[in-house]
Amino acid sequence: MRRLTYIAAALIAAIALLVPVLNLWVPPDSPFHVPDYLVPLLGKYLCFAILALALDLAWGYCGILSLGHGAFFALGGYAMGMYLMRQIGTRGVYAHPVLPDFMVFLNWKELPWYWYGFDMFWFAAIMVMLVPGLLAFVFGWFAFRSRVTGVYLSIITQALTYALLLAFFRNDMGFGGNNGLTDFKDILGFNIQAQSTRAVLFAVTALILAGFLLMLQYVVMSRLGKVMVAVRDAESRTRFIGYRVEHVKLFAFTLSAVMAGIAGALYVPQVGIINPGEFSPANSIEIVIWTAVGGRGTLVGPIIGALAVNSGKSYFTAAFPDMWLLVLGALFVCVTLFLPKGIVGTLAEWMAKRPAKKTHVPATAPATEAAQ
Amino acid sequence: MSAQDSLLYLDGITVSFDGFKALNSLSLIVGEGEMRAIIGPNGAGKTTMMDVITGKTRPDAGEAIFGASVNLLTLDEADIARLGIGRKFQRPSVFESHSVWDNIELALAGNRGVIESLFHKLAASEKARIEEVLETVGLTSEAGKLAAFLSHGQKQWLEIGMLLAQEPRLLLVDEPVAGMTDDETAQTAQLLKRIAKEKAVVVVEHDMSFVRELDVKVTVLHEGSVLAEGTLDAVSAEPRVIEVYLGR
Ligand SMILES: Nc1ncnc2c1ncn2[C@@H]1O[C@H](COP(=O)(O)OP(=O)(O)OP(=O)(O)O)[C@@H](O)[C@H]1O
Ligand SMILES: [Mg+2]
Repeated sequence: MRRLTYIAAALIAAIALLVPVLNLWVPPDSPFHVPDYLVPLLGKYLCFAILALALDLAWGYCGILSLGHGAFFALGGYAMGMYLMRQIGTRGVYAHPVLPDFMVFLNWKELPWYWYGFDMFWFAAIMVMLVPGLLAFVFGWFAFRSRVTGVYLSIITQALTYALLLAFFRNDMGFGGNNGLTDFKDILGFNIQAQSTRAVLFAVTALILAGFLLMLQYVVMSRLGKVMVAVRDAESRTRFIGYRVEHVKLFAFTLSAVMAGIAGALYVPQVGIINPGEFSPANSIEIVIWTAVGGRGTLVGPIIGALAVNSGKSYFTAAFPDMWLLVLGALFVCVTLFLPKGIVGTLAEWMAKRPAKKTHVPATAPATEAAQ
Repeated sequence: MSAQDSLLYLDGITVSFDGFKALNSLSLIVGEGEMRAIIGPNGAGKTTMMDVITGKTRPDAGEAIFGASVNLLTLDEADIARLGIGRKFQRPSVFESHSVWDNIELALAGNRGVIESLFHKLAASEKARIEEVLETVGLTSEAGKLAAFLSHGQKQWLEIGMLLAQEPRLLLVDEPVAGMTDDETAQTAQLLKRIAKEKAVVVVEHDMSFVRELDVKVTVLHEGSVLAEGTLDAVSAEPRVIEVYLGR
């Protein structure tokens, strides 16, 4: 499994270079040219892959089935969106030097305090990680300490994202209400619509995905990673050998939320909008499906799952728009019934079984040997 | 013996489940380094007693003191484990998706903090210790195998190995030989006696030949309180014990 992770990370890093090169420097009439529309689309898929990987750390490795991970993604997205809004400056419809258009429209006179600092990229970048991380930490602190587990935990995470959905819909929250944040102009001084900017955003997303993959490989191979799996499989047993289960869960959940926030921040400049719809409970459930399809508890699985399901979604929503939810539901049922370990988990098991045939006889023998 | 020179001191422990008293003013004292066998019919409260000691169940009344003065009733499971009380469960309970080696490694005494665990490098001394424990419980040849694929008896031993790796001062062992062959049972008795040379051990067991083999002081529990205490021969001769337990 470790080798698979390294191969995948190398592959993703290669794609980070290849796609921009094929898009920017290979002429459009060449069969190797990557068309312009495809770059942000692939970039979006990679953001979803980061998100699925993040969920996998909490769910696949630590047993925390969060049905609210979309909230952390959206919060990271909003933090980035706020930076992008403040970069618009006087180029907005109302040409106000400080206030974003929607605030002028609402007749607001000054910037709310929580918008301060978002004109600086470094500040926004910190908030992208801090806001989802802090929310996950506080939420997890109470939930894990009170030993809320299983389906109850899933339900309250779902409630969390739903509450945020309702809150962000409100105009007086100061996040653009229904319409969210959009009409971005530039990022770090570069035109956000320019093909070169999009290529760079793609490359950055891919490199961050590869980096996260390697980071999680380290985490799950560490002793802490083994403790996480122990918590997942036998929580109370882990307590009786002296581990603070709530701390282990808190670590996994918070790190996972930070990763989800970063995914959201990469997503927003590539799709050009963030609105409250990203908090919708259905989004969070989709993340679970990507992870399950690819294989939870494997690192490469969720990435494959996110890419496969989302390509399918793009195809179906164009070809048979009404069918997608049905297909998604059927997919989830089929995976749960026939591939409980997902694509990668099933393949890995199958590969592990083949050489095991030869060692089958000695595998049962030591039972008597140890008894002597 | 009083609370001062005991390792474990239970007094007046009462636990009720919906009005039913699983433990009824139970008192028990285990000395430092002592080995004690606990017997009693099904439902006598033996497992519940271990639940109280390890922080899983909070009693309605009573005192539980570990060492000179630590009040166990204010601590949770992880704190109590870190104090030095290890437990083997009635149903073998190991980490099935980890290898035998990893099971022992996770139980190994040492810092259990999140950050320390994240950056922990297995030291040579720890490696040697894991090998030693595997040797002691006879699982050296199974080190790389997933715990899920062990036989029932091997899982019991692995769990005892995890207990050893924890290096507790007090081991609570709940029915270690259930489902074992006679051979395995005899071996387990030897293993526990060896462990008891250095640590205090409380063993719950129904198997009388096993208890006889241990050859230690016996406490008989019945309906949540102590019915008799003494050598196996002495308690076996008591009419009340014969009536509720041995005579059946
Ligand atoms: N969580 C619980 N809720 C309700 N009743 C319980 C609970 N745990 C134990 N009991 C009851 O308390 C009594 C004592 O149970 P306990 O498991 O301690 O017995 P035991 O001596 O270990 O028996 P055995 O030899 O069968 O393992 C039993 O009657 C049991 O049904
Ligand atoms: Mg019991």
